Amino acid sequence: MDSSIMRELTSDQLKTDIPDFHSGDTVRVHVRVIEGEKERTQLFEGIVIQRKGGGIQETFTVRKITQGIAIERIFPVNSPRLAKIERLREGRVRRARLFYLRGRKGKSARIREKRR
Amino acid sequence: MGALIGKKLGMTQLYNDKEELVPVTIVAAGPCPVVAVRTDQSNGYTGLQLAFDEIPERKLNKPQLGHLAKAGITPHRVLREFRGQDGEFEIGQVLDVSQFEIGNNVRVTGKSKGKGFAGVVKRYHFRGKNATHGTPGVQRHGGSVGQGTTPGKVWKGKKMPGQMGNKRVTTKGLTVERIDSDRNLLFLKGAVPGGDNGFILIQST
Repeated sequence: MDSSIMRELTSDQLKTDIPDFHSGDTVRVHVRVIEGEKERTQLFEGIVIQRKGGGIQETFTVRKITQGIAIERIFPVNSPRLAKIERLREGRVRRARLFYLRGRKGKSARIREKRR
Repeated sequence: MGALIGKKLGMTQLYNDKEELVPVTIVAAGPCPVVAVRTDQSNGYTGLQLAFDEIPERKLNKPQLGHLAKAGITPHRVLREFRGQDGEFEIGQVLDVSQFEIGNNVRVTGKSKGKGFAGVVKRYHFRGKNATHGTPGVQRHGGSVGQGTTPGKVWKGKKMPGQMGNKRVTTKGLTVERIDSDRNLLFLKGAVPGGDNGFILIQST
């Protein structure tokens, strides 16, 4: 983003309970879906392939493969529609943007777990 | 009816009450003292002259200071007139963001970013020519400007290269998303003309 005043003005909408996660991590995102009157939680589980932007405009992209079809979904980090972000696995990666995963599948698309 | 002079601070995004992320422009609007009231009887038209952005006295010359002193107003950088204000206004009265409500429709006038002397591709989105297949160096030219002996002239208003931007532009149909009356800020949904820190006129419609 930009000047300090702009940052300050949107700061009240920033979440404080966001877990620390990076690209390469496997996450489970709890998305609140509102259908008419009803509201339910949908899960989206996959690998974070990028985090982008800053402040209120920050987003992250999660990639998963279901039934042989790859799905990438972009979420705003501070969206009130995200009930929870769970970090399931910490991946060891050497770059911030994991777009190379797009060309791979199966064994070569694995990410090593970070050693603690 | 509301009118204010403001300064564009920049754009960002906000979540609205429907939890949607909307693009907003943050504007430092007012407070604007009324410097003069134009009436049909004395001026032949109705309007309001407002001042904005307080500055030290040394920044203004004597005629400017005199004009403001007549209305009993401290030195301000910007003076602008708004046409056709109805309702009662007095000289010296201070207008601020409380004139607006969330959800109001507003019209914003400003000076667009200057693009200089621009060609027709940038200025009017002409398509240009092929990059290859032997195009003889006229990739971004406008092509023909008209017919032959009949009509024997180029029609007025023909789109050609020229100055682009740096002119008065009005954006209509912006809505007020949020108001911060403590800090005199308006959050308008959408983009307003000009760059950051530019002066803009805000009118409700």
